Amino acid sequence: MSARVLVGVKRVIDYAVKIRVKPDHTGVVTDGVKHSMNPFCEIAVEEAVKLKEKKLIKEVVAVSCGPQQVQETIRTALAMGADRGIHVEVSGKDYETLGPLQVSKILAALAKKEEASLIILGKQAIDDDCNQTGQMTAALLDWPQGTFASELAFEADKLKVVREIDGGLETIKIKLPAVVTADLRLNTPRYATLPNIMKAKKKKIAMVKPADLGVDVSSRLEVLKVDEPPTRQAGVKVETVEDLVGKLKEAGRV
Amino acid sequence: MTNPLRGEVIRLYKNLLYLGREYPKGTAYFRERLKTAFMKNKDVTDPEKIQKLIDRGDFVIKELEALYYLRKYRAMKKRYYEPEH
Repeated sequence: MSARVLVGVKRVIDYAVKIRVKPDHTGVVTDGVKHSMNPFCEIAVEEAVKLKEKKLIKEVVAVSCGPQQVQETIRTALAMGADRGIHVEVSGKDYETLGPLQVSKILAALAKKEEASLIILGKQAIDDDCNQTGQMTAALLDWPQGTFASELAFEADKLKVVREIDGGLETIKIKLPAVVTADLRLNTPRYATLPNIMKAKKKKIAMVKPADLGVDVSSRLEVLKVDEPPTRQAGVKVETVEDLVGKLKEAGRV
Repeated sequence: MTNPLRGEVIRLYKNLLYLGREYPKGTAYFRERLKTAFMKNKDVTDPEKIQKLIDRGDFVIKELEALYYLRKYRAMKKRYYEPEH
C-alpha cells in the first residue's frame, strides 16, 4: 500500500479554558486566550501516524485552514509524526465566517490535488460542535464515509471501520478512497514533546490560498446571536423528610 | 570540569519545563517545584546516581503525559457522552 493520507487539524480554544461570550453577543472572546489542536483532530493525526508506522500508508499530510496562527497547530501535527503540512490561508472576515461547508470544499479540492486515498478528520470540533465537515467532504468527493470511528483496519483493498452508534458498535467495510472521522475511543494520541516540536520545524509547510484551489469561501450563514448557556438554578436544603415530600409535591414531582 | 551528563540534565529540565506549561495548577507552581527538585540534587557528583535521577525525571515525564491525556479524555467524555448507568 503506497497511499497518501490527508488529515485535517483545527485550531480551537483550549479545552481547559473557560469560554467567555463577547459583551455584544457576536461571538466568543478569542484574543489572548490559549489555543490548541482540537482533541478529536489529535486522535485523527495519531491514527494516520499509526498507519504510517505500520507501513500501511506512505505519507501523512496535515492540513489546516485559517490565519498565520494555525501553523502552530500544523506544527503540533508534524511533531506527532505527520510528514508535511499545508496551510490554507484564510484570514479576517473570511475566517470569521469559515464554516464546515467551506472547509469541506477546501479539503475536497486538496484531496484531488494531492491524490489522497484517505482523509482522516476529527468527528467534530470542540468550538462550534458542528460535526459536519467529514460528512460534507465525503459528499463533495462522492467517496464513502466511515464516521465516528472507534477502530480502523485495512482489509485487502477495503477499509474496515467500527463505528460508535447509539447503544453499541457498527462494523462497516468501505472502499478506498474514503473519508473517516475519528471518535474519542479510536486511540490514545501521543504528546507532542519539546524535542519533536523542534524537529518538526524542519518539516515543510506549504502555503495555499483557497482561490488557488478554485474554492469560494464566502458563507451564506449569518450568526444572529451567541449566548452563554443558562446557569444552573441553586438547590435548596431540606430539614426533614416531610419537608422534602412537601417540596416535591409543590414541584409536582410526586 | 564539566560533567558528561550535564547536557542530559539540561535536556531533562527543559523538557519538564515545557510540560509544566500545561500543568493544572499553573506554570508558576510547577516551575517552582521543578527548580526545588533539581536544586536539591545539585551536589550529586556520582555518575551512577545522576543517571538514576535522570531516569526518575524521564519517568515523571511519562507520568505527566499520561496525566494530561487522562484529564483531556475525561473532559471530552463528560462533555460528549451520556453518563453510563
